[in-house]
Amino acid sequence: MKAQPTRWLIWKWISKTCWSNSSTLKKIAPGGATPGATSGTVYGKVPKNWSGEIMSSTDVGTARTARGRELNLQQQRVRAAYMFLIPMLVMLAVVAAWPLFRSISFSFTDASANTIFNGQSEWIGFENYLERRVRSNGEVRWRGILADGDWWNAVWNTVRFSLISVSLETFFGLLVALVLNAEFKGRGLVRAAILIPWAIPTVVSARMWGWMLNDQFGIINHLMMSIGLIDQPIAWTASSDTSMIAVLIVDVWKTTPFMALLILAGLQLIPRDMYEAAKIDGVHPVRVFFKITLPLLRPAIMVAVIFRALDALRIFDLIYLLTPQSDATVTMSVLSYREIQQFGDYGEGSAMSTLLFFIITLFVLLYIKLGKVDLSGEKS
Amino acid sequence: MKMTCKSALKRTVAATAIATFGASALSAAEITYVSGAVGNAIEDFKTIVAPWEEATGHTVTLVPMPASTTDQFGQYRLWLAAGNGDIDLYQTDVIWAPQLADHFVDLSDVAGELMESHFPSIVESQTVDGRLVALPLFTDAPALYYRKDLLEKHNQPVPTTWEQLTEVAQAVQDAERAEGNADIWGFVWQGNAYEGLTCDALEWVKSSGGGQIIEPDGTISINNPNAIAAIELAATWPGTISPEGVVSYQEEEARGVWQTGNAVFMRNWPYAYGLGNSDDSAVKGLFEVTTLPTGQGHDTSAATLGGWNVGVSKYGDNQEAAISLAMYLAGPEAQKTRSLIASNLPTIVDLYEDEDIAREQPIIPQWKDVFLQAVPRPSAPTKQDYNEVSTLFFSAVHSVLTGDESAADALADLEMDLEDLLE
Repeated sequence: MKAQPTRWLIWKWISKTCWSNSSTLKKIAPGGATPGATSGTVYGKVPKNWSGEIMSSTDVGTARTARGRELNLQQQRVRAAYMFLIPMLVMLAVVAAWPLFRSISFSFTDASANTIFNGQSEWIGFENYLERRVRSNGEVRWRGILADGDWWNAVWNTVRFSLISVSLETFFGLLVALVLNAEFKGRGLVRAAILIPWAIPTVVSARMWGWMLNDQFGIINHLMMSIGLIDQPIAWTASSDTSMIAVLIVDVWKTTPFMALLILAGLQLIPRDMYEAAKIDGVHPVRVFFKITLPLLRPAIMVAVIFRALDALRIFDLIYLLTPQSDATVTMSVLSYREIQQFGDYGEGSAMSTLLFFIITLFVLLYIKLGKVDLSGEKS
Repeated sequence: MKMTCKSALKRTVAATAIATFGASALSAAEITYVSGAVGNAIEDFKTIVAPWEEATGHTVTLVPMPASTTDQFGQYRLWLAAGNGDIDLYQTDVIWAPQLADHFVDLSDVAGELMESHFPSIVESQTVDGRLVALPLFTDAPALYYRKDLLEKHNQPVPTTWEQLTEVAQAVQDAERAEGNADIWGFVWQGNAYEGLTCDALEWVKSSGGGQIIEPDGTISINNPNAIAAIELAATWPGTISPEGVVSYQEEEARGVWQTGNAVFMRNWPYAYGLGNSDDSAVKGLFEVTTLPTGQGHDTSAATLGGWNVGVSKYGDNQEAAISLAMYLAGPEAQKTRSLIASNLPTIVDLYEDEDIAREQPIIPQWKDVFLQAVPRPSAPTKQDYNEVSTLFFSAVHSVLTGDESAADALADLEMDLEDLLE
């Protein structure tokens, strides 16, 4: 009987999630599965059959055996579900959970390029994060990532980049999606064409833009000079004033199609008849947009923004290629890469990755909470 | 008797099998050679190894890496630390020997004799705890490239100090622009935040009497008035005599501006000499090279010692063939070919007297002067920390060049960071 509360909970869960007729089921609890109930007790309400008629005691007995069989079937189904899920769970454990665990555990060690593969690294606690050091002249210095101005500069760069790029991409993505949703000739072709920036690998587009933004032979400067916008070529990627702008331009160019695609998918879910009704009622198109399109599009936009925000917060490739080692654009991922790849300091690099992981988690949780995002799809 | 026959037969078969397969494995080894690719490196490499491939029957595959040495190093160390067997030979920068020594085969026995003909200082730089970990392929020391036609036209001297260079570059640039040559710049160099900036800035500092960041005995010397003055002078260049984008230039970007005829001066390595005189170059025959300038009031110029070597991975599958290739590449034949086609400086002393080289690449015999003023980067006193030291240094200098910090502040902070790192 001791194990019964747990079984009861599982049963409840199964009946809630897998059983369509759960309300009836609760009225006729399965044999021996109610806490404190002994077999044969009629509990709570008078037992009824599926159609709600009062059942005789024989009926109750038969129903109970049937329920027992159903329960077994349910258990089998759950077991089968687990069997199907296990390969994926193992995969996730191998490619996600294990590396994450390793990263976090490396962050508490002094692992370096020379010790990482032979296990000679030592446990140093939180020293990678914060360490109080007294120098030979008695001066106290705080060391570690949390006391490092470069790290906080990278955090600020990353957050700034994410906020601006995701906002711009959402705005432009929405515009593009609205245009693509309209009926016009050659729409299929335009829809395919607009995806091209997203289809080009970041390495290629970063290099391409690097050439286009070059101060000496870049076409952007050439165009702006010839139409008289500027009278001196701008060193877009080199100057610390403009390098963030350059990165943002390229990222918005590259990722707007992705946003447009996700928002377009959301747009196509909005029933046509709502627009027709609005049209018959003579509602102004702007009002239609704000009263019908935008509210119904909100779930799609919120999910698209989450995808983009996750991507933007861990941006690496574009920045590493376009403005390598520039303090004005360096992000958390770039800093962590530098620590690991260039300095061979796996301990500190892993500590940065771990912090990055927690910062992203924090942002996403905040976003879901503040934006009341429904990721489970239950409310819709 | 029967048994003996059988086992004898078995043995013969086994021996034959080993001989056949062993021999075929030996005769057709595929050697993998990894190297950064700058300029014509890939084509040149094919030309250089062709005779060796013909003589031995082995084939060599070159795995090209990004031009940034910082990126190369990170990748190589990762591969080596993981015991990767795919790469047999690594082309290594002169500063890497102390950091990668454990992963390379000791070549002192096989190459001892060959090394006697090389510059002893270079062989020494590749010797770590008595083990010769890499064989020198070519050495590198940068020089000042200048457009003799433009200097003559505007009646300007070849500068000997950085201050003079600043004036001359400005004068020629202004005069040329006044004549309608709008794209001309005075001076191009490597201002990107990467290892190359460590080289450039070390030259400014060292030639102005500001020491070499960290002295051979480990003293941190960078925070001194001479160093501050040198870097402050350099910080006036971007936007005046150099394009503003120079702070994102590496060697190839500088060469791009230079070789299209748009610069009066360039600081670069010898490889740019051969390329600058190639047929499609706009400056073919119009330029000369000289030693880098000194700081005002100082008489010794400084050229950062560069150079590339080849190390044999301990983990490669074809070690014997790999050693044979390394020996060939460090030998006189390959070094001569390399000098002729790529204007790389040989590390074999006698090749500086070679007639063919003197005729084809007249600059190489002259480069001996530059080479004599070479200064090493502080890789020996900093060992495993060298990359971090170098990054701290070039980041500090870069922030001065972009105008984010004054040289005095940047170097004072740098000194503190270095103390923290190396204590």
